[in-house]
Amino acid sequence: MPTITIDGQQVVVDAATTVIQAAEKLGIYIPRYCYHPGLSIAGSCRLCMVEIEKMPKLQIACHTRVTDGMNVITSSDKVKQARRAMLEFLLIDHPLDCPVCDQSGECDLQNFYMEIGRYDSRFLENKIKRKKAFSIGPHVMLDQERCILCSRCVRFCDEVSKTNELGIFSRGDRSFVDLYPGKELANIYSGNVIDICPVGALTEKEFRFQCRVWYLQSQDSICNGCARGCNIQIHYNTARPYKSEGRRILRLKPRFNPYVNRWWICDEGRYGYEFINKNRIEFPYLRRGGKLDLTDWDTVIEEVPRALKTALEHYGPEGIGVIASPQLSNEDLYLIRKVFGELMGVSDIGFKNPWEKPGYQDDFLVRADKNPNTRGAEEIGLTTNVQTILESAATGRIKVLYIFQHNFDAPEALELLDSIPGIIYQGSNWNQTAERAHVVLPAATYAEKDGSFTNFEGRIQRFCRAVPPLEESKTDFEILSLVAEKLEFPLVYNHPLDLFMEWQGKSYAEMDGFGEMISEQLREANG
Amino acid sequence: MPIVKLVSEYFGNEQAKSLDWYRQNGGYEAARRAIFEMAPKQVTDEVIKSNLRGLGGAGFPTGKKWSFVPADDSKPKYLTVNADEAEPGTFKDRYILEWDPHRLIEGIIICSWAVGIHKAYIYVRGEYVRPYRILKAAVEEAYKEGILGEHVLGADFKLDVHIHRGAGAYICGEETGLLESLEGKKGWPRLKPPFPAIIGLFNCPTVINNVETLSHLRNIILKGGEWFADIGVDRNGGTRLFALSGRVKRPGVYELPMGTPMRELIYEHGDGIAGDRQLKAIIPGGASAPVLTADQVDIPMTFDDLAKVGSMLGSAGIVVMDESVCMVKAMHTIADFFAHESCGQCTPCRQGTGWVYRIVSRILDGHGSVDDMKTLESAKKNMSGTSICALSDGAAMAYGGFLSKFPEEFEYHIKHKKCDLQEKRMAVA
Repeated sequence: MPTITIDGQQVVVDAATTVIQAAEKLGIYIPRYCYHPGLSIAGSCRLCMVEIEKMPKLQIACHTRVTDGMNVITSSDKVKQARRAMLEFLLIDHPLDCPVCDQSGECDLQNFYMEIGRYDSRFLENKIKRKKAFSIGPHVMLDQERCILCSRCVRFCDEVSKTNELGIFSRGDRSFVDLYPGKELANIYSGNVIDICPVGALTEKEFRFQCRVWYLQSQDSICNGCARGCNIQIHYNTARPYKSEGRRILRLKPRFNPYVNRWWICDEGRYGYEFINKNRIEFPYLRRGGKLDLTDWDTVIEEVPRALKTALEHYGPEGIGVIASPQLSNEDLYLIRKVFGELMGVSDIGFKNPWEKPGYQDDFLVRADKNPNTRGAEEIGLTTNVQTILESAATGRIKVLYIFQHNFDAPEALELLDSIPGIIYQGSNWNQTAERAHVVLPAATYAEKDGSFTNFEGRIQRFCRAVPPLEESKTDFEILSLVAEKLEFPLVYNHPLDLFMEWQGKSYAEMDGFGEMISEQLREANG
Repeated sequence: MPIVKLVSEYFGNEQAKSLDWYRQNGGYEAARRAIFEMAPKQVTDEVIKSNLRGLGGAGFPTGKKWSFVPADDSKPKYLTVNADEAEPGTFKDRYILEWDPHRLIEGIIICSWAVGIHKAYIYVRGEYVRPYRILKAAVEEAYKEGILGEHVLGADFKLDVHIHRGAGAYICGEETGLLESLEGKKGWPRLKPPFPAIIGLFNCPTVINNVETLSHLRNIILKGGEWFADIGVDRNGGTRLFALSGRVKRPGVYELPMGTPMRELIYEHGDGIAGDRQLKAIIPGGASAPVLTADQVDIPMTFDDLAKVGSMLGSAGIVVMDESVCMVKAMHTIADFFAHESCGQCTPCRQGTGWVYRIVSRILDGHGSVDDMKTLESAKKNMSGTSICALSDGAAMAYGGFLSKFPEEFEYHIKHKKCDLQEKRMAVA
């Protein structure tokens, strides 16, 4: 394996490594526009030029393979001058109207200008006019004047989504990125081109002009859109509730995980966060005289334990049924097993909606199972058939039915629900199941709590609270803890992490940042 | 030096493009000899001995180029003939295609035999409609007579030749831009390495040779590499087709030994400057070659001698300019060409060519600024050695020639907002 020296520091890398990758290993960031680790090498922006000993010309770090004994200098005056020159070339035809550009604050033209540019403009000519902000797909706007022709978006559509919508047309300084005739950027991964665009050429319809990026806060999380468990960042804003109609979650961005989603997420996941802001169950409700009435936590935290206690006293654990949800975290499911299964002795605990039809699936990221934690629920062992539980409740064998998060909307399911008198519903959003409940407990969404999901492969991945639970909703952990306390069950958990500790025998801090396989065998098989 | 007709032997001969006539005059004898009497290695050695260099413009030794193709590669190998002659002031390959297409086909056979190639592509410049028709007829005739196809000249050697027409882009004359275009993609030059000899057309080892280069092979095989090397000067074997244009009395294509001084070409073969005006400047090798001044007219035309004075022989397209030519205008024409033809792939070329063109246009329009020379100089510098292919370097070299050789004309334009020459002519009148 070659040893190479970069800016005086040595590193041993394998022979296929490029200089830009080797530098990254040493924590040296070489400026770039066209290079992206998930795409083929274009070598066209010429910004990553570095000086290599014994080579007369500067070399591009993205395409130069390391050789043993190579000595690279990434920030000599010669290199800085060349980068400044490339930046000057790129800015010749780029509009200088950053204050009205939505990319402002996360634009690499701005960033590198401040880092390596800082020259006075010498450009006296007219800039070339091109087509301004226009729609090229359901989520993406293109501004050809802001484009620096790095070709990342084109390569993404050719190599990753393999849908080939975009191309670079014309030539010389008249070149521009556009759709091929008759095409639309409507593939299910289209949002990724916005992330990889280093400038303000490709912007997001859902996000543009909603919030300046310097007001955004960010929290690492896991997408709950399907069983893949793509790593994401939740970008939110809680400081300016009067903006953007009070939207707290403003966008989701993919987060790199080499084992799960690499740099990408699908559009279904990216734009699937609306439920966090809309149609929420914000307060507890109790059915009085045939209709659900707004109430308070004190009342429902009396009502729910009393119902459970009564059922237990009169009918034993057989009188209670629980339908947990694959939308819940491992910690929530573990707590459900603890409280209902172990402490109350309930055996009718299931989680899988038997009427749910598999969704769209492809051979890249999207999974047919649209729940983030089916595997976790299976591992924790909540496996009673849900249809049987519902039928037992409808025939009256089960007196109190506790349903988490589900939206049963199949006609047969609704028919069964209509004939069950004592449903306790705990969930985040209004739906037909919640409307048929006796008590409705407002629960937090995944963005509002801490926990972990186990993806379809068996990889446990942690997510963290981005925003507090909306209005009076509480996390499932809090609600169950309150119920257990009323029932005088001796619980010793202060936080979901205590549950994780008990379940997995380790703390979150001991977990690999990219997640860990759930069992020894899987750990060995998947590394 | 006298005119030596090696590849221009049949120029002007209407019969030469017919296969019958070509064969009656010794045609395909060299190909036959190579295949039946020589091992591939012997052919390559002979070409190395001849000092034949790539006559498309880069001047890379031809035999050496062939020897880079890996012999043990299991992939098919290809020959690509560069007939995309698009360098301004260059029109020599056109003559070969129009007057002597079989000499090229014979060269293709010899090269293919030497390297072990069974498929050759001729990439013909889109605008060359007549040359294309003549070449196509010649290839069809060669197939019909069993010179190409399953058994070349009856031997156990297969060779197919395809002709592909370009769509009008200068950049497709760049080796790898040509390969991309041939593969049906946009003609964007590739990053190197890998070089085409290892990974070229359809990811296979590929030899890319110019029309004129291949056309010399017939004589090299028949008369020997040493004979060819002796015609030229040290390390620059044989002759060269010089395409003479501009302000001369007899423009045209002249075949002269390598090393002939420019003076001889312009004043003897070209019959001197039109209107008997004074020589002012010479572009010695197509638009990319830095312009030379009148006092450099005695430099011998070889790759090495012109490189020594900071210019290049390139494609040997010699453009002659007399005292009435405005150098700002000349640079404007050339800057326009490069800005128009830059493929737009990499930053320095895409933006640099456009910027320089816009600055020179502004100077010509009488809106020059005092800093323009400095800006042009630095744009030129920043375009050198920073791009994927040589177009940017070539453009920068051309700009550099005008800026360094005739700075006073630019300064006059900037200061007086008009052309110095107009005043002079007015004064004479």
